[in-house]
Amino acid sequence: MSLKTRISAYTLAVAVVWSPGAFAQQMKAEVLHWWTSAGESAAVKVFADQFTKAGGTWVDNAIAGGANARTAGINRMVGGNPPTMMQFNTGKQFDELVSNDLLRDMESQAKAGKWRELMPKPIVDATVRNGKFYAVPVNIHGQNWLFYNTKVFADAGLEPPKTFPELIQSGEKLKAKGIIPIALGGQPNWEHNLFRAVLVGHGGADLFRKVYGSRDQAAAKSPKMKETVELFGKMRALVDPGSPGRNWNDATALVITNKAAMHFNGDWAKGEFLAAGQTPGKEYGCTLVGEGGGKLVIGGDVFVFPATKDKAMLATQDKLAEILLDPATQIAFNNKKGSIPVRMDVDVSSMDVCAQKSHAVLSDPANQVEAMELLSTPNFSGAMQDAVTQFWNNPNMSADAFIEKITAAMRDAS
Amino acid sequence: MSTVSISTPAVTAPNSHGRRLFRKRLPAAMALLPTALVVLVVYIGCMVWTVRLSFTSSTLLPKLDWVGMTQYTRLFANDRFVTSAENIVIFGILFIAGCLILGFLLAVFIDQNVRAEGIFRTVFLYPYAMSFVVTGVAWQWFLNPGLGLQKVVRDLGFESFTFDWIVSQDMAIYTIVIAGLWHGSGLTMAILLAGLRGVDEDLWKAAKVDGIPTWRVYTSIVLPLLRPMVVTATVLLATGVVKLYDLVVAMTMGGPGIATEVPAKFVMDHLFERNNIALGTAAATIMLICVVSILAPWVYARYVRPQGRHA
Repeated sequence: MSLKTRISAYTLAVAVVWSPGAFAQQMKAEVLHWWTSAGESAAVKVFADQFTKAGGTWVDNAIAGGANARTAGINRMVGGNPPTMMQFNTGKQFDELVSNDLLRDMESQAKAGKWRELMPKPIVDATVRNGKFYAVPVNIHGQNWLFYNTKVFADAGLEPPKTFPELIQSGEKLKAKGIIPIALGGQPNWEHNLFRAVLVGHGGADLFRKVYGSRDQAAAKSPKMKETVELFGKMRALVDPGSPGRNWNDATALVITNKAAMHFNGDWAKGEFLAAGQTPGKEYGCTLVGEGGGKLVIGGDVFVFPATKDKAMLATQDKLAEILLDPATQIAFNNKKGSIPVRMDVDVSSMDVCAQKSHAVLSDPANQVEAMELLSTPNFSGAMQDAVTQFWNNPNMSADAFIEKITAAMRDAS
Repeated sequence: MSTVSISTPAVTAPNSHGRRLFRKRLPAAMALLPTALVVLVVYIGCMVWTVRLSFTSSTLLPKLDWVGMTQYTRLFANDRFVTSAENIVIFGILFIAGCLILGFLLAVFIDQNVRAEGIFRTVFLYPYAMSFVVTGVAWQWFLNPGLGLQKVVRDLGFESFTFDWIVSQDMAIYTIVIAGLWHGSGLTMAILLAGLRGVDEDLWKAAKVDGIPTWRVYTSIVLPLLRPMVVTATVLLATGVVKLYDLVVAMTMGGPGIATEVPAKFVMDHLFERNNIALGTAAATIMLICVVSILAPWVYARYVRPQGRHA
């Protein structure tokens, strides 16, 4: 073989290898997420359908369990073979991916789409790092809703409580009537969720931010904190003995079947009521408990786009970002997901009463409280969870001992 | 573990001997190479990496700085880790001892030439065929005071019957032991039964002639003969203790409170949920040290010392 033929053979080979990349007009997006329950997968299908309609191919990579999915995705990014787009919860979960330059910044899209004006500030703050958007928020979940059984309250001649001291009074009356006052999924994270609902409702948004955000030890030792902790402690008596270890959806079911009166949970619990054929505002209601009408603790989900130099992948990511925030897609997605649109400018009148209430509460920025995931590192949240679950499950532990544990966690957790 | 000895060919010429031996052993060495590499890189390598990370301040991603013993100080100041360590000791002792005793009794029972032995054997071994997750969920329902045993007995009319260990801080760890026993004693039975079947009939006859009571034969003659089986069963059960994780997650999620937390769960939570690789690896290192310090005297006694005596 002469040198010339050898070279041309080489060029040909290279051309053959490169041509699919060079001529690919087909957008192919591999999306990694952990939306595997029935309602969640229906929701993610909204995005998939829109993307397919736009001419792309959606490769769905759903991994059950948030922690598993995140581990898989992070390992792939570190290993240099990232998915096109990956889900995270709004907050600090992807901090280190940003600081290690593994994510693409979406600032130009954000400027063009005026994201900063359209989305609530806590969500914007949780997504922006060093002045740039590093993720696309897709929804807002309220975490501290009180779901109550309207029939149980009507039968007992009681009104749904507006503050926590009121809640404890009504709870004791309900208990005397043989009803479980509070249905709780007795697993550490749900006990912790209940604590946060009490903290933001009774202690206020400011105290909540000081505890989870700035880890202010003086605030943790304040009289208001002690009062809050004591109220939380009294709620131990309002839970049935079968609570420890119970799954959250089994707790929701107690309210659905008229066995329990109240249930604190995020708006994802609506899916359970819906599956049981119940309508918000009819069989069950949703309200926020706390002084001054109650604040809504908000978090949600975002999609991040791993950094890449591949032009086709960049174009695909642009298209995906556009689809995620399209107003009609937002409504359709959030109706299925149980959350509310991340854009405050969309018309929510077609959504259910609880979603409308959410939207209305959030239109006043003073009511927007960032969720723990937005304020605190997973490690500190975990240490707080350990403290809360110990206090909750040990009726002999005093409020002071609990506060001591909290301040220790503030000092030690990285 | 067995040693494969390759017979050396008769020595003819000292010159070609070395080469021939090398040629003869080369395929064996080649065949072992992948395994050796896997052991070196995957097992030993990961172990060293884990220990190294426990001296860093790594959070979500590994970071190779040096913070000395900080993570270990934190670890032993952590209520949850201390509870986990206590729990694994309670579980380990009760689980291994319980499985051996129950397994031995079941094996003896089956060895009495009972009718339909096959059915009993299957029934006793059946739990072992189930994963810890299924075991955990089943026992969770069975022990739940509002759904399981307590409710059934109360519905039968015994209103004051209470069996709520699984929701009690002090007793919950014992429910994990119960579920573990249910799961593990069948396997122990199978191993010990195989041993019992291997006991020479003549020994029994001789004992009968001497008029030794049956229980005495079991404790003084059969049990010592079963020693290798007991060791095997103990080693298998001990690995189950160290990796205890899925049973707890399925059954109690570590609750109520932190009453049933175990070290493996502590490691998993800190590595994968709490973005605290350093603390997680520190706990893993402590687990490794414990296992090694229990295993080392045994390995020494079994493999190192006898050889030393022969030489």
